[in-house]
Amino acid sequence: MSTVRYTKDHEWISVDGDIGTIGITDYAQSQLGDVVFVELPERGKTVGKGGEVAVVESVKAASEVYAPVSGEVVDVNTALEGAPATVNEDPQGRGWFLKLKIKDVAELDDLMTEEQYKEFLASLA
Amino acid sequence: MNDTTSPDAPPPLARTPLYDLHARRGARFVPFAGYEMPVHYGEGILAEHAHTRSAAGLFDVSHMGQAFLIGPDHETTARALEALTPADILNLPRGRQRYTQILNAEGGILDDLMVTRPADPDEDGVLMLVVNAARKEADFAHISAHLPAAVKLMRADHRGLIALQGPKAAEVLARHVPDVVDMPFMTAQSARFAGMDCHISRSGYTGEDGFEISVNAKRIGAVVERLLDSPAVRLIGLGARDSLRLEAGFCLYGHDIDETTSPVEAALAWSIQTRRREEGGFPGAARILSELAHGPERLRVGLLPEGRVPAREGAEIRASDGAAIGRVTSGGYGATVGGPIAMGYVSRRFAEPDTPVVLIVRGKEIAAKVVPLPFVPHRYHRAPAASAPSASTQSGVGP
Repeated sequence: MSTVRYTKDHEWISVDGDIGTIGITDYAQSQLGDVVFVELPERGKTVGKGGEVAVVESVKAASEVYAPVSGEVVDVNTALEGAPATVNEDPQGRGWFLKLKIKDVAELDDLMTEEQYKEFLASLA
Repeated sequence: MNDTTSPDAPPPLARTPLYDLHARRGARFVPFAGYEMPVHYGEGILAEHAHTRSAAGLFDVSHMGQAFLIGPDHETTARALEALTPADILNLPRGRQRYTQILNAEGGILDDLMVTRPADPDEDGVLMLVVNAARKEADFAHISAHLPAAVKLMRADHRGLIALQGPKAAEVLARHVPDVVDMPFMTAQSARFAGMDCHISRSGYTGEDGFEISVNAKRIGAVVERLLDSPAVRLIGLGARDSLRLEAGFCLYGHDIDETTSPVEAALAWSIQTRRREEGGFPGAARILSELAHGPERLRVGLLPEGRVPAREGAEIRASDGAAIGRVTSGGYGATVGGPIAMGYVSRRFAEPDTPVVLIVRGKEIAAKVVPLPFVPHRYHRAPAASAPSASTQSGVGP
């Protein structure tokens, strides 16, 4: 069973063993509005915790997506190239961005649980 | 953050008379030009953009600055405005509207605006102005400071302004004001809308057929509610307003035009009529007439990037040999085009359509080419009798 954690920048990471699947939250997609392009990294790229790993372009603006933890990009969701709106339709499912091979699972401890993230969202309102 | 007592706090945002109506109908608000304005409603920007191109979009543009110039007769008032702008206002017929720019002494653009001469002969000597929201205080101060004693500027802050745009706009508005169907593009008239006095012009900022309706702020909510009774009409926010005007090739003040750009550089030379070119007598005439005769150093052009990556304002434009030749001034996603579009200024020798260029986005080179504006053909309602040129060959109007 996978564990999902959240960042204050509204990324989610779903962890299965040492592989983390990363995307943006439903709150993030609702704030961005219609997504028209996602710039994904190359497979094999290594990224530090908090490093820029993708860019999501909505009609309004371009926004960086940061790596919740350090690791190496092992897969990217190429389906988003032809269907970027998937990020709006199913942000925490088919709208995933990339998979990381996590360098240090202890870094996950700094992230929020779903309950903590919901409280965080409530504090923004 | 929201402590309004702090000396550093920005001034509170103003609201248009339609604020509560927007909120009730699910608007997401953003600060724009000192106002809390809807950026989109429930469906999002792409859906609102598509709806405007296929049916009728209703925009609240009450933040824009409305005013009257009032003088003893048309010639006096027209000449007062001609001292500040390069358009032929003197020969503007009754009931007609014209796009022009307020210029500084160097021919740079202080603002762009719409000027309307009322249709009613009893209003001879009156001109109606609509200027940009972010510039209205500066514009009205500038105009007032330069008027002759016989002409006064009277602000119309008591009026709201809405735009109804799209192929179904005429059919919808005609249910309330039947004779609007016969109005040609860029004409205006006073009218009664459900018993309310209003002023209607056939114009807009989307490239579609449509109208702008100026109504007393107290009654504009009732006008909007009646228009929204039609299923063809939906409220449209600033997000789609921007993507629609970009596809239509129109300038956004502070982005595509500003105090450093001349109307000739901005590809707005079409808005300087022959008489003014011959006579001069407007601010910056030396520069502008020279640019008209010899060509400007740089020119605003359309840019079509290859692929899917939007190139936004500020992106550098390079020639194919890598030389920097300009910057993107507006860019984003064209929902009707179905891909990224942009406009920007390039050195004149790169301004020919089909010239290959490179746009720099996040350090990467995006291949693009110069294309004619607009990206989406204009669909104005032209007078049927005149041998009107096809809409697609017309240059844009704003704001």
